[in-house]
Amino acid sequence: MFLELFFQYLVAGLTYGTIYAIVGIGFNIVYNTTGIINFAQGEFVMLGGMIAVSLHSLLPLPIAIAAAVVLTMAIGALIEMTFIRWLVKPAVLRMIIITIGISILVREAALHLWGESVRSLPYFTGNEISAFSFGGVRVSPQVLWTLGICSVIVISLNLFFKYTMLGREMRACASNRDAAALCGIPTRNMVTLSFALAAGIGALAGAVVSPITQTSYSIGTGLAIKGFTVAILGGLGNSMAAVAAGFILGILESFSIWVMPTAYKDAIAITILLAMLFVRPSGLFGNKEAFRLKDF
Amino acid sequence: MRIFKLLTVVVACFALFAAPVFAAETVKVGALLAVTGPASFLGAPEAKTLEMLVEEINAKGGINGKKIELIIKDTQASPEKAVSFAKQLIDEEKVFAIIGPSTSGETMQIKNIAEAGKTLLLSCAAAEVIVNPVAKYVFKTPQMDKHAVIRIFQQMKKMNISKIGVLSSNTGFGKAGKEQIEKIAPEHGIQILVNEVYDKAATDLTAEVTKVKAANVQAVINWSIEPAQAIVIKNIRQIGLTIPVFQSHGFGNINYVKAAGAAAEGVIFPAGRLLVADTLSDKNPQKAVLVDYKKKYEAKYKEDVSTFGGHGYDAMMILAKAVEKAGADKEKVRDTIETMKGFVGTAGVFNFSAEDHNGLDLNAFEMLTVKDGKFVVYEK
Amino acid sequence: MKRYNHILILIAAVAGVQVLTAVLGKQFYLTQLTMTAYYCIAIVGLTLLMGFAGQISLGHAGFFAIGGYTSAVLTTLDLSQFKDSSIVSLLAKLFIVTSRQDLYGGQVLSFNPWAAFIIAIGLTLVIAYIIGIPVLKLKGHYLAMATLGFGTIIYSIVLGTQRFGAADGISSVPAFTLLPGLAVSGNTEFRVRNYYLAWTLVIGVMVLLINLINSRVGRALRAIHGAEDAAGAMGVDTARFKLNTFILSAALASMAGVFLTHYNGGIGPSEASIMKSVRYVAIVSVGGMGSLWGTLIMSTTLTFLSLRGYFGTFDDAVFGAILIVIMLFSPQGILQFDVKALLKKLLRKKE
Repeated sequence: MFLELFFQYLVAGLTYGTIYAIVGIGFNIVYNTTGIINFAQGEFVMLGGMIAVSLHSLLPLPIAIAAAVVLTMAIGALIEMTFIRWLVKPAVLRMIIITIGISILVREAALHLWGESVRSLPYFTGNEISAFSFGGVRVSPQVLWTLGICSVIVISLNLFFKYTMLGREMRACASNRDAAALCGIPTRNMVTLSFALAAGIGALAGAVVSPITQTSYSIGTGLAIKGFTVAILGGLGNSMAAVAAGFILGILESFSIWVMPTAYKDAIAITILLAMLFVRPSGLFGNKEAFRLKDF
Repeated sequence: MRIFKLLTVVVACFALFAAPVFAAETVKVGALLAVTGPASFLGAPEAKTLEMLVEEINAKGGINGKKIELIIKDTQASPEKAVSFAKQLIDEEKVFAIIGPSTSGETMQIKNIAEAGKTLLLSCAAAEVIVNPVAKYVFKTPQMDKHAVIRIFQQMKKMNISKIGVLSSNTGFGKAGKEQIEKIAPEHGIQILVNEVYDKAATDLTAEVTKVKAANVQAVINWSIEPAQAIVIKNIRQIGLTIPVFQSHGFGNINYVKAAGAAAEGVIFPAGRLLVADTLSDKNPQKAVLVDYKKKYEAKYKEDVSTFGGHGYDAMMILAKAVEKAGADKEKVRDTIETMKGFVGTAGVFNFSAEDHNGLDLNAFEMLTVKDGKFVVYEK
Repeated sequence: MKRYNHILILIAAVAGVQVLTAVLGKQFYLTQLTMTAYYCIAIVGLTLLMGFAGQISLGHAGFFAIGGYTSAVLTTLDLSQFKDSSIVSLLAKLFIVTSRQDLYGGQVLSFNPWAAFIIAIGLTLVIAYIIGIPVLKLKGHYLAMATLGFGTIIYSIVLGTQRFGAADGISSVPAFTLLPGLAVSGNTEFRVRNYYLAWTLVIGVMVLLINLINSRVGRALRAIHGAEDAAGAMGVDTARFKLNTFILSAALASMAGVFLTHYNGGIGPSEASIMKSVRYVAIVSVGGMGSLWGTLIMSTTLTFLSLRGYFGTFDDAVFGAILIVIMLFSPQGILQFDVKALLKKLLRKKE
């Protein structure tokens, strides 16, 4: 029974963790090319879910999700072009406030467009009560879908950044924008692309988790806070570390419920993470030397 | 002197907004509702209902020839706004009565303000503390949590259940229900083995229900009013718990059933009869009112009716009836409501008295369940 | 004394608005203006931390809540059943615990609001000190994260604890009698007095902060903001200055929390939420980070309009739009908004 419970909590933690990790990756993609912390990242997740649900009444599921991802990418790019593209070397805090403002506007627009009610996509396979049993530990098929699709996202992102020309150009932008510009890389377009990419990933995750978590206009803010936490704790700029930090946060939350009242879940998880941050101010997986040289 | 310029602008703004609103012979009704924000699933249908009713009453020429002027203020469910708006409505608009707020927390924050301002407050929130102790000017229209709890415990007795797990959300609604369950359980010989509060914005509750599973209970009660309650029942079934699941009257929104899909089947919960209006027998005194409200609301707003909007309906109709009877005199209307008997509303049949400013009894609830994605009366 | 010119204008404006409302018979505006004043104290305190010491805090609503909740809990705690215990009777002799009548005529034995106020501020100082030491070692986004975490923890505790009223918050908080005849309370007959009281506090805080930033401390803070390492090399004890500023701004937020709680007669968990902290930071930014006056004007206008409910269901949307517009076109804050320069720029582009 003990082992069974242990793994059941672990599965719960992995489910939370995947969602946090995906939002954290979105933060990192934008941060790497622009140095901006984009607090509107959570809204992309919300938009992905909401648009997919709306389109699903007209289109088959896979097409609805694909269309939602494309639309959200367009919105992400549009946001970048309207608000961010033309700013010359903006201060960090100014950008934070602008992205918070964007996040509020997107959320309010969603409220007035879709109303306050909660929606969700149908389960991809099985239904709300079906579950696979692994020696007493039960896992909903949608959790497997989420884990699977998120792994695919992470792996293809890695391949994209390592082996494609575009990915390399984006990485060049990340490590030194001026030098990249000198090499003839259109840095501004790279920034737009990074917003679109982050939006697309967020939207895909939003659509995939929507059967589990449900979607409403207001879920973005909470996710952004969790994703920000994860991105920072992993060490800003390091997407793989964000995935690890996401799982750590999810599992901490889940196991804290085992021993303490659920009401304090956030408090416990955050306290432990802050303690870690105080010991390693550069993030759990960050490089101390690089941290010292970095300009915030 | 930029500051000076700005100050002039600011002062000018104030003066502009201060322009008096002139209105002839109307009954001013204020409404403090959480139209947006975390409790919008309560406030939004309430606001829509009030707008619909006022439009209808005014189209008929008002109450005794007086039209109703409705002022809806969106509190976003935050108490400091409720306080500010309540003072605004009372001191400034000098409203005849206030309908709302939607949540218990806000209602408790402004209970004293309404009392001091001698203004009728018809709350749409559930907590018992709103009317106990009784405050002279404060009434509420939703059913009592304790009645819901008693109905559930009676049902459990029939099913020979004595060991239960309790889950509730960290909102005023969840808190009030949890307190009543803890208080009343011993009287019915019910033991609570696990008692957890989860976040209202939770997106997955597998860990919480795992804790329930580990406690080996015979049934579980979930008390919440937000979307998370659909997630709870999904997670319960996913981890393989097959015990009966009871929900609160907060489950009375067909959207949650849709969201929970197959997991919603067989959930038992107490609720007002609005949800099963069409299936009621014609002899039921509430049937006419319920069917009428449901039809009008769904025709106008193209969305399913919920019991929350019904609380707004009851508040407005009680007020309208009292004004019709006693005229536009605050004190007389208050007395009329306090002595009102047999008023048929959506939540039940109201019988107010000086000690009971809610006026509903156990009978206001019907035990319902979900069958094939629809609410039906639970019969067993 | 040039630095007091603005203070004089503020005093004139405060008195002017009151006279204006009295003449127009619109005294009810004072209610929201009083509430606004208390939020201003918290926000101006945050300006000192963000604009002058250059340290962001995404958890300032946490300090506001610590003040408000401590005071609310202590003044509504009924100690009647422990009346005969030695501790309570000792406290009663010292007037720390006093008896009063509640709304329904019952006798309640609870903490004197003055005692509760002092305890609340004391508690805030201790917490700010303990949190401040490790947190202020962090920089940039990491500092933002840590303060955000602090805010989350406070919110989660407030919302999860029965004693704090969980989601309902605490209501029926009594008036806070500062002096005989002067009580912080929402009672209509004390409205004018409370208005002056609140704004006198704001003026006091402004005088304090203006003097502070024009002193050695202020110069040190600005040096830290500009280049922390250089400041350290010049012999500025950067850690101590940052910590003291953090504690001072926390104490101001906490004080604002205490007063507003007594004025409203209650407090709810929304006061501790992250969105509230974000709102404070946003207002400081649009006020122009390093400008106490800009922040004061922005916070007065935005808070007042929001509390009046002018924007209805679009309250947050309007707030978001204002943030974006000011940050895009006038990143130095509203006071630096230069229409001419902007027009010139646009015209030149076209050519």
